[in-house]
Amino acid sequence: MLDKIGIAKRIAREVKDGYYVNLGIGIPTLVANYVRDDISVEFQSENGVLGMGPFPYEGEEDADIINAGKQTITTLPGASFFDSATSFGMIRGKHVDLTILGAMEVAENGDIANWKIPGKMVKGMGGAMDLVASAENIIVAMMHTNKKGESKLLKKCSLPLTGVGCVKKVVTNLGVLEVTSKGFRLLERAPGVSVDTIKEATEGTLLIEGDVPEMTV
Amino acid sequence: MIRKTVTNVQEALRGVEDGMTFMLGGFGLCGIPENAISELVRLGIKDITCISNNAGVDDFGLGLLLQKRQIKKMISSYVGENDEFERQMLSGELDVELTPQGTLAEKCRAAQAGFPAFYTPAGYGTEVAEGKEARDFKGKMYVLEHAYEANFSFVKAWKGDDAGNLIFKGTARNFNPCMCGAAKITVAEVEELVPAGDLDPNEIHIPGIFVQRIFQGEHYEKRIEQRTVRSRN
Repeated sequence: MLDKIGIAKRIAREVKDGYYVNLGIGIPTLVANYVRDDISVEFQSENGVLGMGPFPYEGEEDADIINAGKQTITTLPGASFFDSATSFGMIRGKHVDLTILGAMEVAENGDIANWKIPGKMVKGMGGAMDLVASAENIIVAMMHTNKKGESKLLKKCSLPLTGVGCVKKVVTNLGVLEVTSKGFRLLERAPGVSVDTIKEATEGTLLIEGDVPEMTV
Repeated sequence: MIRKTVTNVQEALRGVEDGMTFMLGGFGLCGIPENAISELVRLGIKDITCISNNAGVDDFGLGLLLQKRQIKKMISSYVGENDEFERQMLSGELDVELTPQGTLAEKCRAAQAGFPAFYTPAGYGTEVAEGKEARDFKGKMYVLEHAYEANFSFVKAWKGDDAGNLIFKGTARNFNPCMCGAAKITVAEVEELVPAGDLDPNEIHIPGIFVQRIFQGEHYEKRIEQRTVRSRN
């Protein structure tokens, strides 16, 4: 089974040379730490920066340079700043190659819910609805089940949707799954996790074709 | 040169009244019009509708207006960092319209650029699209969203000149440029106001035509919401 860092490491392998990538808050943010250093990648933050770098050294924080999580950051050579409309133009116009974000639920048709739990304080969708509606390549990083042990990979989302039919791939602590027209196709098992364990933890339709390989992280 | 400079924040906010709709730049606490917000608090005007990506924190940014219950309605994409906001929202004192962030930016930009409305894929099939026209373009569904209408835009820039030209710094740019010229009157506050001619026209982010009033702001706190650092070792 993978921990959060394991999920981030596995997703980092989906990041290809020349990609512009938008990372959501949580596990997705960790992905930046594990991208191969022999490829060229730029990270976009929707509040208006391309070419995001690591956190600043203590004492070098700049209140005017933050990421979408409102954390102080630095920029790398080649970076640029821009306004919010331009930022979402990059996203809506499909110039960003890969979007990685977290989710509360994913349905077998690619629907995603990650912004609202009825009856609880609603903080808002931020940029998530724009990102999922526009990006061609969306990978969800999440745990396979919630804190109660219930599956987060469902036939149909029970929570209010963030977007419809948009998720392409899900990487969880148990494995890698691709969203197909027939349901979740299991591509890889996490180290030490059996197909049966994944079957049990997946409420949505699970497609298993031949021997499912164990992933290398 | 058409001069846009006013002497102080009091003059810059002349004409603001109860019940008006304001656009306020900023992302979190980054790039917010601190001086305009303080003056709105001092004036004590009420029943304001605020178009702003976020709602500040309890004791800073728009949180200051919430504390005094001056805001009737917030139009935002994310409002998570403010207990007083939550209390007023749950008690029904405050009306909240949550809007996808890119849609919010574009509704400002559309107002600036003279588009009455536009289609966006954001929110299609979700509750934010309920009651809105949806349309298929080349096999993908889009939702019709309308430009905002506002009485004032309050924006914050790094540098500006007497002609109202603006230059922003870092990610403090965010929603500020989109809101310039998107309301009937745009008020820009800057950290450094210089005479016209001192800024290189090649470096201007927002031309002065979109700005009606500009003033040199004071006492910028520029509070950091999440101070994240790495160690030197």
